[in-house]
Amino acid sequence: MKDSSRRAFLGAGAFAGAAWISCQAPEAESPGADSGPSALGAPVRRYGERSPYETSARGVRDSQTPEAASSRTPLDKTYGIITPSALHFERHHAGVPEIDPATHSLTIHGLVDRPLVFSLDDLRRLPSVSRVHFVECSGNSGGEWSPAGAPTVQLSHGLASCSEWTGVPLRILLEEAGIKPEAKWILAEGADACLMQRSATLEKALEDGLVAYGQNGEALRPEQGYPIRLILPGWEGNTNVKWLRRIKLTEGPQYVKDETSKYTELMEDGTAWIFTFEMDAKSVITSPSGGHSIDGAGFHEISGLAWSGRGKITSVEVSTDGGETWTEATLQNPVYSRAFTRFRFPWRWNGKECVLQSRCQDETGYMQPSREALIAERGRVSAYHCNRIKTWKVGIDGSVSNVEA
Amino acid sequence: MSKLSLAVFLVFATQTLCAQSYGIGRPATEAEIESLDVTIGPEGRELPDGSGSVQEGAQVYEVRCKECHGESGAGGDHAALVGNPEQLKQAPPIKTVGSFWPYATTLFDYTRRAMPFEEPGTLTDDQIYAVTAYVLHINGIVDENATLDRESLPKVEMPNRGGFVRDPRSKP
Repeated sequence: MKDSSRRAFLGAGAFAGAAWISCQAPEAESPGADSGPSALGAPVRRYGERSPYETSARGVRDSQTPEAASSRTPLDKTYGIITPSALHFERHHAGVPEIDPATHSLTIHGLVDRPLVFSLDDLRRLPSVSRVHFVECSGNSGGEWSPAGAPTVQLSHGLASCSEWTGVPLRILLEEAGIKPEAKWILAEGADACLMQRSATLEKALEDGLVAYGQNGEALRPEQGYPIRLILPGWEGNTNVKWLRRIKLTEGPQYVKDETSKYTELMEDGTAWIFTFEMDAKSVITSPSGGHSIDGAGFHEISGLAWSGRGKITSVEVSTDGGETWTEATLQNPVYSRAFTRFRFPWRWNGKECVLQSRCQDETGYMQPSREALIAERGRVSAYHCNRIKTWKVGIDGSVSNVEA
Repeated sequence: MSKLSLAVFLVFATQTLCAQSYGIGRPATEAEIESLDVTIGPEGRELPDGSGSVQEGAQVYEVRCKECHGESGAGGDHAALVGNPEQLKQAPPIKTVGSFWPYATTLFDYTRRAMPFEEPGTLTDDQIYAVTAYVLHINGIVDENATLDRESLPKVEMPNRGGFVRDPRSKP
């Protein structure tokens, strides 16, 4: 599509939009464009909804078992670093339970001096904190192990989201129960139909584990674990057990199904890495990204997200020539540990075909790898924890597509 | 501070440190913990009473499992259950109970918690022992006359028991 024809098309679209508005609300017609509306707007309401013009949505694939499925965040349609709760990705293993918080509780037992039961009211009485952290399914970007990769950032990276979580540090609850010296691991269990379980180290639980009841200023959404979930910042998604009902302190890991048969990384020699908890540093350009269409040459800000399960993102570099040269992007403040970090890069498109990439580094010095480097380390069959550099091609018509790097 | 008062202080301080700081949360009763604590660890110490044979398990499988997991665990609409570790090296690798799972106790634990998919928690412990025996049998891991219980199940050696290594990326 030539520039002129696209402008014509966009112009027609704008005209059609205006016509739609006037059809929907004829009483709002005003005699002149500058005189403002002549009718009142909508009244106050108890719980807000977004504008009817906004339609971004989680991506859901058809599944025979939609209760054991996932939905993906439209990362290219979110701004800043917080994912709206309604757009936070989902991965459930046995559906979303409906839980009455008045009857829900958290039991802490096992290698403790005093097994304790905490009601929701109990938890809200205890000292709480709010922290911004991403949660990422370890299967996020699983399609990126193949050379082609997914065509949009929602498909390639949408099993990651970032929220402000509010809750009680797990350390407080464990110390309240009294940790026996032989305890080295915890087992966390959810109240969903499969009683989802994961083992995690006691060290991590004490370092920054959180029993969260709040998400982005309100209660957790049911899909995110209402009324409480575990947050283990930076660790693979399903260790952040939703609908949390029980934590058992143990000497060793329990080798439950979802840390052996799944969520382990198979190497090409047939052995598998187990307990691959931390999500490696990763970045992706969200704007422009696959499926977008750039409206003409000239200035367009490149923007994207970077995150690391090991701490803060310290730098993001952007290449507009397929990795030949790299230039530092600006990291938008605040930069939190184990959280989405927004990067921005001023760009003037010359109207020619070009290839866009980003790569990030975290505070441990780890640099996001190319696909070749990742495969050299882990082979081609590990399925999980793919954090390769993602590549978008901008065609001369302005269309943006995924391309093999 | 005298030695005696120091000792008194230390005893007091130790007691204070060991006690609850906030006094929030009520004691969990043994009955509550017993009803919640369904996890079966790899040593199988928590396995319940009861038992089940391969033959009984074949009947359970026919009625409760086959629709999703296929004839003799061959798979169908959902996960296949049979295989051997050699299949982990083929492309694409096939990860099943027989090819991949390191512990037989995990099969009992997961079936009890989460299967059948649409009706979790509806099999008796005897039925779970039986269908565990059947799935292990169709993988060639136990013979057709096997009966499993809390003593014998943890002794079952899975073919891929040694196939897992700790994440080399992790902190020591």
